[in-house]
Amino acid sequence: MLQDLARPQALPAPARLRPGAWTLAAAAAALLVLAPLAALAAEALRGSSGLWPHLLAYVLPQAIRDTALLLAGVGILVVAVGTGAAWIVAAYEFPGRRILDWALLLPLAVPTYIAAYAYLDLLHPVGPVQSGLRSLLGYARPRDLALPDLRSLPGCILLLGFVLYPYVYLPTRALFLMQSASLVEAGRCLGLRPAAVFRRVALPLARPAIALGTSLALLEALNDIGAAEFLGVRTLTVSVYATWVNRSDLPGAAGIALALLLACLALIGLERAARRGRGYAGAAQRPRRMGRTPLAGPAALAAAGACLVPVALGFLAPAGFLALEAARRLRVAGLSDALLSESLNTLRFSALATLVAVALGLLLAAGPRLVPGAWRAALVRCATLGYAVPGAILAIGLMPPLAAVDGALDGLSRTLAGAGLGALGLGTGFALVYAYVVRFLAIAVGTGEAGLARVPRSLGDAARVLGRGPGATLAQVHLPLAWPAVLGGALLVFVDCVKELPATLLLRPLNVETLATHLYGEAARGTYEDGAVAALLIVAVGLLPVAVLLRVSTPRG
Amino acid sequence: MFVDKGLAERVAAEGARSAADVLMTVDIGNLIELVDRDLAQPVRSAVLEAAVPAPLRDAEGRWFSLSTRARLVYADPDLRDLAGLTYEDLADPKWKGKVCLRAGQHPYNTALIAAHLVRHGEERTEAWLRGLKANLARKAGGGDRDVARDIVADLCDLGLGNSYYIGLMRSGRGGPEQKTWGDGVQVVLPTFRGGGTHVNVSGAVVARSAPNRDNAVRLLEYLVSDEAQGLYARADYEYPVKPGAPLDPLLADLGVLSVDPTPLVEIARSRKAASLLVDKVGFDR
Repeated sequence: MLQDLARPQALPAPARLRPGAWTLAAAAAALLVLAPLAALAAEALRGSSGLWPHLLAYVLPQAIRDTALLLAGVGILVVAVGTGAAWIVAAYEFPGRRILDWALLLPLAVPTYIAAYAYLDLLHPVGPVQSGLRSLLGYARPRDLALPDLRSLPGCILLLGFVLYPYVYLPTRALFLMQSASLVEAGRCLGLRPAAVFRRVALPLARPAIALGTSLALLEALNDIGAAEFLGVRTLTVSVYATWVNRSDLPGAAGIALALLLACLALIGLERAARRGRGYAGAAQRPRRMGRTPLAGPAALAAAGACLVPVALGFLAPAGFLALEAARRLRVAGLSDALLSESLNTLRFSALATLVAVALGLLLAAGPRLVPGAWRAALVRCATLGYAVPGAILAIGLMPPLAAVDGALDGLSRTLAGAGLGALGLGTGFALVYAYVVRFLAIAVGTGEAGLARVPRSLGDAARVLGRGPGATLAQVHLPLAWPAVLGGALLVFVDCVKELPATLLLRPLNVETLATHLYGEAARGTYEDGAVAALLIVAVGLLPVAVLLRVSTPRG
Repeated sequence: MFVDKGLAERVAAEGARSAADVLMTVDIGNLIELVDRDLAQPVRSAVLEAAVPAPLRDAEGRWFSLSTRARLVYADPDLRDLAGLTYEDLADPKWKGKVCLRAGQHPYNTALIAAHLVRHGEERTEAWLRGLKANLARKAGGGDRDVARDIVADLCDLGLGNSYYIGLMRSGRGGPEQKTWGDGVQVVLPTFRGGGTHVNVSGAVVARSAPNRDNAVRLLEYLVSDEAQGLYARADYEYPVKPGAPLDPLLADLGVLSVDPTPLVEIARSRKAASLLVDKVGFDR
C-alpha cells in the first residue's frame, strides 16, 4: 500500500544510505523467500500425469465453491467483528473498555485446530452444552433435540471468523488510535451522526489496515488444514494434501499450491489496484488524539456486550474448556518436565524469528519511501509470498535449498579441512527460524507499510531538507510515528510462530520439541486431552507479548 | 523424532548426511514409499524373519511390520444380527442415512478402499463407494473416535474405526467421556466377502544412510521381542505381529481376527487409484 504514496514524495537520495545498500538487502530477502518457491516450481515441473483433468472433472468445481464460500464468510465476519470492535474501543468510553481493549486480542493465541477440537467437544450432542440443554428441557435422547451440526461450512465459517478477527482488529485499532481527531470532528461538525462518522470518515481512512488484516486472516483460513479436516470442509488446501499424501504425487501437490499462490496474488493485487492513487497520510502537525465519547446506560451496556461476545466466543469458551481439561489431567498425571524445555524452545525460536522478520519487514516496507522505483517495489512483493503457501508445502520447498547449502559447505570443509561438517542448515534451529521468517515476513512488511503510510510525507521531506539521510529519517521520523503498527506486526508474527505446526514438525532439529509439536503428538495419538496443558501453554506464551504490546502501543495524552 | 507427513521428503533431502538410523511409520503405503524412494536398505536377520510372518515384511528385508491394526465396524448396541457383516454390506441401501465415516482421503480409509479395488476391481469399487456415500449420515470427516461418539449421540448407527481406538476409549486412558463412547458401541469384526478383515500396519525400515546400522537392526530385533511386542499390545492396543504374542484383554474380547489375505504391497500399489476414486465419486463432499 505504501508504494502508491511513495513515488511523489521521492527526493534525490543523498550519499548516506546508498540505494545500492537497500536494494541489496531487499534482493537478499526476496531471494530467501523465492528459493523454496523455486524449488516447488522445479518439483511441479517434473509433471504429474493426468492430474489437472482429474482435478477439473472431480475436485475443483466443488473445492473452489467451498473455498470461495468459506473465504467470503470468514472475510465478512472478520471485517465486521474486527473493525466494529476496533472502532468501539477507539471512539467510545464505557465500563470495561480498558480490559476489552486488550482482551479482544486474546483469540490470536488460540490455534484454529485447537478451537475446533474444543468446540466440537463442547457442542457435540453428547457434549456438556447439549446434554445440559436436554436435561433442562426434559428430553431424554439426543435425537429428540436435533440442533445444527458444527461440522459444516457455516460452522467452520463461524469458528474461523471468531478466532481470526484479531488479525483485522489489531492493525485497524492501531490506525484508529493514530488517527487525528480533526477529521472525525469535522465530520461531526458537518452534522454526521456517530454511525455516519464511522462509515464515511473512519472506515475509508482505515481501509489499508482493514485490507491488510483481512488478507492475513483469509490466508490463514485458506491454509488451515486442521480445523477444516476436523469439521469436514473440503478446501483446495485439503486437495493439496490428498494429492501429496495419498497419491505420493509431490509434483502435483506443488503444482496446486503454486496455482493457489497465484490466485491469492491476483486477489491481493486487485485490492491494491483499487486503492491506487489514494493517500492515507495524516496531517503534518502532531495530531490531536481523538477523544473518546463517554457512553452511559444502555449504550454503554451495548458497547461492552458487542466487544465481549467476540472475546467469549474466540477465547473464553475454548480456553476455559482447555483449562478445565488441563486441571483434570494435572490431577491425574502431574506436569511433565518436558513442557518447560518445550516452552523455552517455542519462545526461543519464535522470538528469534520475530526479531529477524520485523527488522527485515521494516527495512522492506520503508525502502520504496527512501529509494523509489517500480522494480524495487516488486522486490518487496516477492519477499511476502511465503504467507500464501501452506506451511507443510513451504517446508518441503525449503528442504532442497537448505540441503544444497549443507552439501556445498560440507564439500568445502572436506576440501579445506579434510573432514565433513554434517548438517548445518536442514535439521537445525536455523532451518526453523528461516521457515518462520519466510512464512510470516508478509505480516511484518504489511504492518510496517500500514504504519508508515500514516506518516505525512511532509515530515520525511522536512527531515531530508534539513540534511538527514534516508536511514536517519527512517529512524528519527518514521519509526517513532509508526511504532504502534510495527509492534502490532511483531505480536502477530510472534504468535503465528508459536502456533505454527506443519513446518515446525517437518524442519525441527532431531529430538527438539516445541509446544505445538508436543500437542500435535498427543492429538495424533488420539489423547488430545493430555495435550490440554500444552495447548494452554501455547495460549499463555502467545499472551506474553500482548501484555507488553498494549503497554507500549497505547498512545499517551 | 516424530514427523507426520513428509518423513520421506525430509530424509531424502538430508541424503547421506541424515542422522536417522531407523524410520518408523504407520500405513503400508508410507512404508512402501520409503522403499520406492530408495530410503531403506535390505536387512537380513534371522530374528526378524522368525518373528515377523512373511506377508508382513518385505522379501528382501527392506521393510518390516511391527504391529497391525484392523479396520472394524463400530455399531449401535441395539443393532442385532451383525455377525457375518461384510465391508460390502455397508453400501447396502438398508443403511441409508445411518453410516458415519472419517474422510475417504484419510490413509486408513484409502487403504481399505485400495484393498476393495484389488479384490473387486475398479467398476465394483466405484459402485460400492457410491453406495457407501449415499448411506452417510453426515459428511465424511473427523476421526475414528468421532464415529463412536456420533453413534452414542444417535447421529448414526454404524461406521468404521481402527481397533486400537477401542482399547484407548474403553480403557479410560482418553478420559471418562471417551470411555462412555467406547462402551457405548458394539464392535464387529467385518470381512470382505470371501476374504478376511482388512488390516494395516505400523512398521519400520533401516535407513539407507544409517550411521549406526548394527544398532538399527538390533532395535528392530528388540521391537519384535516378546517384551516389546507385549508393550505394543498393552500400551497401544495394537495386534502384535509375532505369532503367539499375547493380546490386550480389551482386544481379545473383540473376537478372533481373521486377516484378509490380500498382500499389503498390492494394497499400497492401489492407494493412488483408490484416492482418485474417492475424488471421482465425491465421497468427501
